[in-house]
Amino acid sequence: MLNINNCHIKNLDNTLRVHSIESFGTHDGPGIRMVVFLQGCKLKCLYCHNPDTIQTSGGTEYQIEELVGMALKMKPYFGKKGGVTVSGGEPLLQSKELVPFFKRLKEEGIHTNIDTNGRVLNHFTKELLDEYADLVMLDIKHMTEDGYEFLTGMRNKETTFTFAKHREASGKAMWLRYVLIPDITNKPELLHAMGQYFKDYKTIEKIEIQPYHKLGIHKWETLGWEYQLKDARENTEEEINAASEILKNYFKEVKIN
Amino acid sequence: MEVKQLKSGVWTESVNVRDFVFNNITPYHGTHDFLVGPSERTQRLWEICKEATQEERQNNGVRSVDTETISTVSAFEAGYIDKENEVIVGLQTDELLKRTMKPFGGFKVVQKALSEQGLEPNKSLTNLFSKYVKTHNDGVFDAYTSEIKKFRSLGFLTGLPDNYARGRIIGDYRRVALYGINFLIESKKADLENITGPMSDAVIRLREEVAEQIKALKEMIELGAKYDLDLARPAQNAQEAVQWTYMAYLAAVKSQDGAAMSLGNVSTFLDIFIEKDLEEGLITEVEAQEYIDQFVMKLRMVRHLRMGAYDEIFAGDPTWVTEAIGGMLADGRSKVTKTSFRFLNTLYNLGPSPEPNITILWSESLPQNFKDYCAKVSIDTSSIQFENDNLMRENRGSDDYGIACCVSYQELGKSIQFFGARTNLAKTLLLALNGGRCEFTGQQVVDGIPEYTDEYLDFDKVMANFKIAMKEVARVYNDSMNIIHYMHDKYYYEKAQMALIDTNPSINLAYGIAGLSIVADSLSAIKHAKVKPIRNEEGLTVDFKIEGEFPCYGNDDDRVDLLARQAVADFNNELKQLPVYKNAEPTMSVLTITSNVSYGKKTGATPDGRAHGIPFAPGANPMHGRDKNGAIASLNSVSKIDYKDSLDGISNTFSIVPKSLGSSEQDRIDNLATTLDGYFSRNAQHLNVNVLNKETLLDAMENPGEYPQLTIRVSGYAVNFVRLTKEQQMEVITRSFHESM
Ligand code: SF4
Repeated sequence: MLNINNCHIKNLDNTLRVHSIESFGTHDGPGIRMVVFLQGCKLKCLYCHNPDTIQTSGGTEYQIEELVGMALKMKPYFGKKGGVTVSGGEPLLQSKELVPFFKRLKEEGIHTNIDTNGRVLNHFTKELLDEYADLVMLDIKHMTEDGYEFLTGMRNKETTFTFAKHREASGKAMWLRYVLIPDITNKPELLHAMGQYFKDYKTIEKIEIQPYHKLGIHKWETLGWEYQLKDARENTEEEINAASEILKNYFKEVKIN
Repeated sequence: MEVKQLKSGVWTESVNVRDFVFNNITPYHGTHDFLVGPSERTQRLWEICKEATQEERQNNGVRSVDTETISTVSAFEAGYIDKENEVIVGLQTDELLKRTMKPFGGFKVVQKALSEQGLEPNKSLTNLFSKYVKTHNDGVFDAYTSEIKKFRSLGFLTGLPDNYARGRIIGDYRRVALYGINFLIESKKADLENITGPMSDAVIRLREEVAEQIKALKEMIELGAKYDLDLARPAQNAQEAVQWTYMAYLAAVKSQDGAAMSLGNVSTFLDIFIEKDLEEGLITEVEAQEYIDQFVMKLRMVRHLRMGAYDEIFAGDPTWVTEAIGGMLADGRSKVTKTSFRFLNTLYNLGPSPEPNITILWSESLPQNFKDYCAKVSIDTSSIQFENDNLMRENRGSDDYGIACCVSYQELGKSIQFFGARTNLAKTLLLALNGGRCEFTGQQVVDGIPEYTDEYLDFDKVMANFKIAMKEVARVYNDSMNIIHYMHDKYYYEKAQMALIDTNPSINLAYGIAGLSIVADSLSAIKHAKVKPIRNEEGLTVDFKIEGEFPCYGNDDDRVDLLARQAVADFNNELKQLPVYKNAEPTMSVLTITSNVSYGKKTGATPDGRAHGIPFAPGANPMHGRDKNGAIASLNSVSKIDYKDSLDGISNTFSIVPKSLGSSEQDRIDNLATTLDGYFSRNAQHLNVNVLNKETLLDAMENPGEYPQLTIRVSGYAVNFVRLTKEQQMEVITRSFHESM
């Protein structure tokens, strides 16, 4: 079932491989959202909150129409802002199947959002970025190559930036997300670097700071994986505010999520 | 009243407050920025009240009781909290938080309540009531059949107002302010003139009732005089309008101790007077808020004498001073005024509180600023509830209504409702499985249901039996109600409230059911899984073995949700067939108050796998922990119950941890307001909202002294969490608190 080389999880026709579904998501995009957490990710971030979504095996196959039906039942609660978010794992590993899913959601007048690490930029992804995704939330892991590798286990963070450029070119809305870890990502020079890099982007509406916390640890233990960030600590209120102040120089809106 | 600047209309000629409001309202679309904090006078008074309530809590829930006087409209001399700081005056007695005897509902109840405090009534009163004076309670038990008594004692019919006052009737208290009492007396006198023969029972009764109402109006003038207020004439300014309205309400709670005595919908009415005074420069926002704060403070201090057992069905000493705020007018304008905001602001100025039971009449068309403010207040205080204004206005026909008790629509001044307590529908289902016998005692309760002998429960057979059981329970329930309301009118007539309502108003009899989610899940188990009853040697069910899976109510699954919807429709249909005293229209609610805990004890194991003793879910809520598909699925299930089958309301209590509602305050406000829009767009009727962490509640159980004002919504009202019993507190904590993953 799994084709690792293509960086893509092969599914049955018209299905998505789902880890879980949150029906009252209020932290993954604007308003109240149905959040579909898809199974599988190519990275293994040290702080991953959903490490059980990383494995590309597992999950449950849902028919796309079934998911659309669920979204329709929740639609009265989406109001003017809410909608559907696909998150993960890395949802774009299933970009081929996401195209018809998002197409259907758009037909139903539902706002669509992709929460991604930006490492998959194939022709399906481009279709999503250019046409069907009303919002993209792009996760910026680290501004240095070494930092990126330390955190994610992979090199070549440039793909994230290429991805951002592509979205910028589409002219459609984008949010950045940044996990703030004391001494690892919460350093003034890194924050300034990120601000400098993105300051001229017109599609970026806001950046969300996600202060690091250890809530995911027990999931790592359940999986029998070693949690390597054990020694990292959580930010103090002041550290969060200081980071936020720096970012405010570059971004329209800085939100602590 | 001075009509110079006010727009005249029908209201200038005859009693019609709705017309006055309609013609003179100033809808407000702005934000809450104009609001001010409490005045110094208000703060001083509130400090005294807080101390007094603390003493009350420390003294077993009762600060003092008068054992000498029967409380009536004009009984007791004037009482004050601290006279020089009071801009709105009036207490039920001459002393703050003093409770009184209102023995016409039932003298034994008064004796019991007093003896629990180590007191007894004045000897001559005891003598009078044991020998010469008859009460509502005496009358009811004279007329009760042995069948009704059996249904009552076995717990099929519960919480019946046969030994306490029925309440629920809302006087149109605004009338006293708008017209003055002299005008109201003249108008009642004219009505009385027109009630003529032939002298049937109904006509004689009505003549007597109106005559009683006129006496009550005269007593209200006396009550005012004790406080140097001339209630005979209309209110002349904003302060008087608030004062007069409060005096009218005070007359009601001095002479009656109904379970729920709602205030109605006074905020928008009062706003017209306040706007006028503000415009003329007579007052500033400080005084405007001060009137409302002090009015609300007085409402918070209303007390009734209750016996301990009462706490099982109505925990936390509620008085249900329900005030409905917001809603839309028939012409599409909003009823939101600045005074709607001022009422909500009392929850900050005086802190959170269960009373008055503030109910927002929600419509998608309400001004967004008001919706956001309501959401904010709800998140900050967990003290307010929401009801679907579009649904009620369109189905029931008036835009001038209050909420009787918890959730029930009642047009103001034009109609009343008879309180019907509730029947235990889950226990009724067990009759269907036990050949019509009570599952505990084996007593034959209902005839005509065959003994069930199959090894497994068959859905169609069970449904056929269940229908027989519902029909029989409805019949006996109806009998009891007709007796109760006949006797209540006869021995404990609400003359003060009825004096402020049109003569001969329309009436609905508000029946109720409890245990809906258990019935739905039980029927679902029987239909979709295999359920095997375990029976004792008498053949009564003691437990159920379930093989296989079945969908539970609360997951937006039609396979079970439609069973819930159908059960409501079926029982309502049975009730509709039966004639009611005074030609009242039968209506029904799905509501439990806090009795869901005691229902659990009084209902054996049920086919959904619930063990004997496990509390019911409150109101129309899904059973605890069975709504596994998240908040929206849970709300959607409840919204499928058809309001037309349950016109008195469908209560749903929604608890969510703050973080799950959003990461910033603005997000939480937006998301709650959007949730309410979404829920009510599906024609749902009612939502209690609690935005709380379980940890807070657990901590409050440990350290009650630190949480004197912690308020939590239960089915249809709010309570001070620390005033619940441990058992009730635990039940609240084990409920589903919606949390994101
Ligand atoms: S990209 Fe996201 S899902 Fe993948 S490992 Fe990193 S944090 Fe986890």
